[in-house]
Amino acid sequence: MNAALDVQGLTTRFATRGDAVTAVNDVSFTVQKGRILGLVGESGSGKSVTGFSIMGLIDAPGEVAAGKVMVDGQDLRALSDEDMRKMRGNRVAMVFQDPMMTLNPVLRVGDQMAMAVRVHRKMSKAAALKEAQRALETVGIPSPEERLRAYPHQLSGGMRQRVAIAMALLHRPSVIIADEATTALDVSIQGQILAEVRDLADQTGAAIVWITHDLGVVSSLADDICVMYAGRIVERGTAQQVIDHPRHPYTQGLLDSIPALHEPGKHLPQIPGSTPQLSRLPQGCPFRPRCPRATEICATVPPADTKDGQTVLCHHPLE
Amino acid sequence: MPDTLTPDSEVIATPSAPPAETRAMRLRNFWFDYRQSWVAMVALTVIGVLLVGSFGAPYLVPQDPYDLANLDWMDAFLPPGSVGSGEYTHLLGTDNAGRDMLSAILYGLRTSFMIGISAGVLALAVGITVGLTAAYFGGRIEALLMRIVDLQLSMPAILLALVMVAMLGQGVPQIVFALVVAQYAYFARTTHGAASVERRKDYIEAARSTPLPTWRIMFRHLLPNVLPPLIVVATVQVASAISLEATLSFLGVGLPLTEPSLGSLISNGFKYIHAGRYWLSIYPGVFLMITVVAINLVGDQVRTVIDPRNSR
Amino acid sequence: MFGYLVGRLSQAVVVVFVMSVIVFVGVYAIGNPIDVMIDPGATAEIRENLIRKYGLDQPLWRQYFTFVGNVFQGDLGNSMVYNIPVTSLVFSRLPATIELVMVSVTIAAVIGIPAGLYAGYRPNSLGAKLIMALSVLGFSVPTFWIGMLLIMAFAVELGWLPSGGRGEVAEFLWFKTSLATTNGWSHVIMPAINLSLFKMGLLIRLTRAGMVEAMGAEYVRFARAQGLADRQIVFSHILRNISIPVITVFGLELGSTLAFAVVTETVFNWPGVGKLIIDSILQLDRPVMVSYLVMVVILFVAINLIVDLIYARLDPRVRLKGGS
Repeated sequence: MNAALDVQGLTTRFATRGDAVTAVNDVSFTVQKGRILGLVGESGSGKSVTGFSIMGLIDAPGEVAAGKVMVDGQDLRALSDEDMRKMRGNRVAMVFQDPMMTLNPVLRVGDQMAMAVRVHRKMSKAAALKEAQRALETVGIPSPEERLRAYPHQLSGGMRQRVAIAMALLHRPSVIIADEATTALDVSIQGQILAEVRDLADQTGAAIVWITHDLGVVSSLADDICVMYAGRIVERGTAQQVIDHPRHPYTQGLLDSIPALHEPGKHLPQIPGSTPQLSRLPQGCPFRPRCPRATEICATVPPADTKDGQTVLCHHPLE
Repeated sequence: MPDTLTPDSEVIATPSAPPAETRAMRLRNFWFDYRQSWVAMVALTVIGVLLVGSFGAPYLVPQDPYDLANLDWMDAFLPPGSVGSGEYTHLLGTDNAGRDMLSAILYGLRTSFMIGISAGVLALAVGITVGLTAAYFGGRIEALLMRIVDLQLSMPAILLALVMVAMLGQGVPQIVFALVVAQYAYFARTTHGAASVERRKDYIEAARSTPLPTWRIMFRHLLPNVLPPLIVVATVQVASAISLEATLSFLGVGLPLTEPSLGSLISNGFKYIHAGRYWLSIYPGVFLMITVVAINLVGDQVRTVIDPRNSR
Repeated sequence: MFGYLVGRLSQAVVVVFVMSVIVFVGVYAIGNPIDVMIDPGATAEIRENLIRKYGLDQPLWRQYFTFVGNVFQGDLGNSMVYNIPVTSLVFSRLPATIELVMVSVTIAAVIGIPAGLYAGYRPNSLGAKLIMALSVLGFSVPTFWIGMLLIMAFAVELGWLPSGGRGEVAEFLWFKTSLATTNGWSHVIMPAINLSLFKMGLLIRLTRAGMVEAMGAEYVRFARAQGLADRQIVFSHILRNISIPVITVFGLELGSTLAFAVVTETVFNWPGVGKLIIDSILQLDRPVMVSYLVMVVILFVAINLIVDLIYARLDPRVRLKGGS
C-alpha cells in the first residue's frame, strides 16, 4: 500500500542577487495514513518552504528544482498547473500560521468556505454552506450557523484558526500540512486544538505534517519527528526516539533549551550562535560552527547513520 | 547524557549589531541605490541641464526677451531654423512679437523654476511647522489644525490657487503665496503622520522628561525622523507647483507675458495654433512637460530607494 | 448610525458656514466690481446708484447676512455681467459640465481599473511597465498642455474632430443633452479624454498598488492553497478588497474632476460651469464667484460624507461612531 505522503529528494532553490540559495536540500520523508509527522526547525531552516513546495505554491524567484512529492502514489510534480490546482485543497490541504491574516477580512466566513467547497465540487451555494456548517461542527465550533454569517474580525483567534482547519478538512484530503498552526494562539487554546487535530487524524485517516519550531508541541502530538537545520533533515525517527534519545547534537540542544523539560532553578542552556544564512553556509556540516562536538572531519559532508530506524546526519552522533 | 552545551552564558554569541551608520555612509548607500535605475539617472541629468540652461540663460542665449529694444516686428512668426534680423538662427522660431522662442523658453523656465522651488520650500516650512505642532501638542490643537488641513486636502489645489490668485491679483509673489496656501497641506499631513508615529516612541518621551525646550525637541528630535517621506513629497510638490503655475498663467490669471513663465508662453501661443504656428505653444510645452516628468521620475526613484519595505 | 449622521451633518454645516464667510470676505477683497461694470465716463450719480443697488455701500457683515438671507430664499443674487439671476446662469451651464465629467470619469474607470489590475497582477511584464509609464505621464503632464496637443493633432492637423465648443443637443428622456447626438459626441470626446487622463493615471496607480499588496497577502496564499484559480482569487477576493480604497479615492476625486473641468473647459471652450467661473474671475463678477465657490464647498462636504458612508458599507471592520 502507498503511503499517504511520500517526499523524496525534495530540493527548492531561490534565485537571489547573483546566486541561488538552496532553502530545501534533498529532503525525504514518508507519512502514513492517519499519522502525524512533526517537522521541526528554527525559523529559516526551510521547514515552511518544504510545506509550500509540497503544495506547489513556490513563486518566482523560487523553484522546486528536484524531487518527488507522491500523494497516494501520485507524483504531484508531474501534474500540469491546472491539475495541481485541482489537487490543492482537495487531496492536499494547508493551514497557515496567522489566523488573523489567512481569512479575507472583507468576506463573510460562510462565503469564503462556500467558495472553497464549490471550487472542487459542483453544487449550489446553499448546499455548500451546509457542507461548511458540517465542517465547522467537526472542529468543535459552537453555533456554526451564526459563525458562517460572521466576518473574520468578529471571531477570536482560536476560532479563526478552527475555521481555517475546518476549511482544510472540507474535501477530506489525504494530506494536511499545518504550518505553525497554533503558534499565534494562547497556550490553553493551543492545547485544545492539538487534541482535536490528533482526533481528526485518527478519525479521518488524513496524514498530517505539523510544521513548528516548538519541539514541545510535537512531542505530545506527533508520531514521527523530522528535525530540519539549514534546509536539510538532520535527524529523523519516531517521536519517542527523537525526544528521549536524540542523536544529533542540534536536536539535543533544542531539547535542552525547552524550559518545561528542564530542571527548575538551574541555568537554562542555549545553543550558541544563530541560524546561519543560507547564502553563507560553512562547508561540510552546516551546524559545525555551533556544535560542541565538532572536529576537523566535520568540514566534510556528514554521512547518514541509521540505528533502529532513527537516522541522523552527523559525524559524531550521540549514542 | 553528556553535557554538550556550554553552561556559561558569556560565551553565547549574540548576532552582532551592525555598525552605526554614519551620515556619509547613508548618503553613499542612497546614491548607490538611486543609480540602479537608468531612467532616474537620465531624469536627474535632464533636470541638471535644464537648471543650468535656465539660470545661465542670460549668458547662453542670443537675446534678452524682456528687453523690448531687442524685439523687431519684422522677425514675428519666423518658423524654427530661420535667420532673423539679428543675423543668428532662431532654432525654435520666433513669436508674435519677434521674440526668439528658445531665449524666451529658457527665461520662462527660469521663472517657472524659481516659482516652483520657492513655493515648494515655503510650503515645506509652513507644512512642517503645522504638522509638528499638531503632532507634538496633540489634543485640541491637533484636532483643529488637522481638520483644517484635511478640509484643504479634500479640495483640489488648482481651485484653491485659482481663488487665491483671484483675490491677490497677478505677479510672482502673489502666485508663490497662492501656491503655498494650496500646497502646504500635503506637507503638514505627511509630517503629522510620520511625527505622530515617532512621538509615541520612547526616545521622544525620554527627551520630554528632560528640561529641553519644546521647540528643540520638535526640531532636533522629531524633525530628522520625519524628513525622508517629506523629501519625496517635496520633489513631487515642486513639479506640481511648476505645473500649477503654468496652468494659472494659461488660464490668464497667472503671470503676464511681460514676465513670461512657460505657462504664459504657452497661453500666448495657444491663440495661434489654428493658424498652423505650432512652434509658439508646442516648444514651451515640451520644455514644461520634460521638466515636470523628470522631477516626478526623480521623486519616484527617491521614494523607492528610501522606502524601508524595499531595503534588501 | 443615526447619531453619526447627525454629528457629521452638523459638522458639515459649520464647515460650510466658515467657508462661506472666508469666500465672501476673500472675494470682497478683490477690486471694486462697479469699476469694471460701468463706462468710465459715467457720472458719479450713476455710479452711486449702482453701488446702492448692489448694496455695496453697506458694511461687510450686513452684506454677508443679506447674502445668506437671500440664499435661504433660493436667491444667489444677479450676475453683474449677464444681469440675470446667478442660479439660472449656473443651472444653464451645469448640464454641459455634468456631461463632460460623467463621460471622462467613465473613460477613466473603464480603462484605468483593468489596466491597474493587470499591472499589479504581472508587475514585471513589459505591458505593466508601459502602463505605469503612461500613468506617470497622465498625472504629471499638465492637463491644458495635453488638451492643446489633442486639438493640434485631431482638430488642426487631422481635422477629424471639432476643436471646441459643445455640440447639438437633443431631448433624451426628460432632459436635453448633447450625448444624444452624434455631433454632440464628436465635441465631447476630446475634452472628456483630456479630463480623464489625470484620474486614469491615479486609478491605475491605486489599483496596481492594491493588487500588488493583495497578491502578497496571506489570505491570497490561503485561497490558492484551497485550489482557487487565480482568476477567481482576483475577482472574488482581491477586487472586493481593493475596491475600498479605490472607491474612496475615486469618490473624493470626483470633486476635483469638477475643478479640473475649469482647465479643460477653457482649453476646449466648453460652455460649462468651469468656463463660467474663469470668466467671472476675469470680469470680477462677484455674485457668480461667491455662489460658485459656496456651491463647490457644499459639494465637497457632501461627497466626503457619501464616501464615508460607502466606505463603512464596504468594509465590515469600520463601524460608524458618533462625533468624529
